[in-house]
Amino acid sequence: MALTKAEVEHVAMLARLELSEADVERYTTQLNAILDYAQRLQALDTKDVPPTAHVFPLHNVMRDDRIDPSMDREKIVANAPEEEDGFFRVPRIV
Amino acid sequence: MKLYTKTAHELHDLLVRKEVSAIELVKTQAERMQALESKIRAFVTPTVDKALEQAARVDAKIAAGEAIGPLEGIPMAIKDNMCTDGVRTTCSSKILNKFVPPYDATVVTKLKEAGAVMMGKTNLDEFAMGSSTENSGFFATRNPWDTERVPGGSSGGSAASVAAGQAVFSLGSDTGGSIRQPAAFCGVVGLKPTYGAVSRFGLIAFASSLDQIGPFTRDVRDCAHVMNAIAGHDAKDSTSAPVDYPDYTSLLGKSIKGWRVGLPKEYFGDGMDPEVKEVIEKAVKTIESLGAEVAECSLPHTEYALPVYYLIAPAEASSNLARYDGVRYGYRSESADDLITMFKKTRAEGFGDEVKRRIMLGTYALSSGYYDAYYLKALKVRTLIKNDFDQAFEKFDCILSPTTPSVAFKFGDRTDNPLQMYLSDVFTLSVNLAGIPGLSINAGFAQGMPVGLQIIGKPFDEARLLQIAHAYEEATGCHSKMPDLGV
Repeated sequence: MALTKAEVEHVAMLARLELSEADVERYTTQLNAILDYAQRLQALDTKDVPPTAHVFPLHNVMRDDRIDPSMDREKIVANAPEEEDGFFRVPRIV
Repeated sequence: MKLYTKTAHELHDLLVRKEVSAIELVKTQAERMQALESKIRAFVTPTVDKALEQAARVDAKIAAGEAIGPLEGIPMAIKDNMCTDGVRTTCSSKILNKFVPPYDATVVTKLKEAGAVMMGKTNLDEFAMGSSTENSGFFATRNPWDTERVPGGSSGGSAASVAAGQAVFSLGSDTGGSIRQPAAFCGVVGLKPTYGAVSRFGLIAFASSLDQIGPFTRDVRDCAHVMNAIAGHDAKDSTSAPVDYPDYTSLLGKSIKGWRVGLPKEYFGDGMDPEVKEVIEKAVKTIESLGAEVAECSLPHTEYALPVYYLIAPAEASSNLARYDGVRYGYRSESADDLITMFKKTRAEGFGDEVKRRIMLGTYALSSGYYDAYYLKALKVRTLIKNDFDQAFEKFDCILSPTTPSVAFKFGDRTDNPLQMYLSDVFTLSVNLAGIPGLSINAGFAQGMPVGLQIIGKPFDEARLLQIAHAYEEATGCHSKMPDLGV
């Protein structure tokens, strides 16, 4: 199943990436090459094979319900590209 | 006395005997670092001033007659994808160019507690995605053995800094071979521990089910000392393993007589450089001469590891990298009036090509209609790959293979063809998929370049991997060679 340019543009939208026309062209070729290569997995019968998302069994990690001090607000917003009165400032949404 | 040629345990002895002070050590190391930086370019952010402060504290302790630990006062470097409180942490990406974390990664905290002295943050392929450090968003790092060649990746800066004598040891991270492949290319020791053995808290995530932090060192004993400092359960990392952690030095020097060593036939087929193969075959004979029984084994799903990896890792990366949107930290595009355009432009301008390629691939593999065919299929084949190792370890104590199919390649050789570049990790990435430990040591040289021998073990069997690696090192002395950099 070859990936079309329109699908690449759709995936870029989902991934929130602005692509130029040349990018779309390049990624269509490159992603198709990688996906073609991945096609060899279809040769394996995995009907009764369980998936492995993590190699060791994972359990929820719980902690006591206790209030600890938060990280310093100033330290956190210090990394913000734009900040106002201790808040992150972003362009208007509506 | 050339201090930069010495291992951490040799330097420790010198510090204890007061033949050198921690400050002198940092100063001579900083001179070495600066003299070579224009040639090697291993460091994104040097932290020599802070290192001198740390060293002064170690010297005060020694002067007061207090005992010091094995890493105390030892100059080291940290891959720039681990958070360092108050020190810029960039992932070698424009998107994090100005990020200063407000906390330390657990490994950094542990090394600070052990008294190790940080000389700087090292260069990497952007967000640890790459096999040559050519994909750094800032500059390429060079291989100390031949500056026309790549140091490997993604932990190229960490590997090169140790090989060049700029740091005594360093930390890297390994998602598909990013510690072992550059260790092989640069001729140093590199260990990818068992998944969960070293906390990933504060490691900037690439592919969470595969990433693992580990050391680069000049010899195996140093590797054991660094593991003693960084391994262990951490409540801040939900994937950290609550098991008993050994003293990793405890088996060094013990005989490997009677060990059952497997050679996977799938790793010795076509595509390997004949000279690399020759070095590895000789290394296997050496291991045999030390009393191990070597026999062929099979990991039948090996050929599927690369496609599995290149579906799972980008899928997890696309999810992890969704957080870079220009709102809370990092770069923000200035040419956007609305929020969605800001996200799109920020990410387009901030991420490099390889990162965008993997985000695109991962987003596609996880998208509705394709999830079953790509991502779920890859997770199922991952099970088969893990089962191969489980079965092999019923018969064998460890598995030997080359770390890479060739020695370090030249700059630009593989940048135009992502698939060709991905093939340099073909022997290492199964180990990440199975979550088991893998160690690369210098086996010898081909074309004047180091060749890596990979030793793969059962989960949490690092101490025994270090035991066999140490036996090899003692028998051959390969680790003691350093590149001649004319300084």
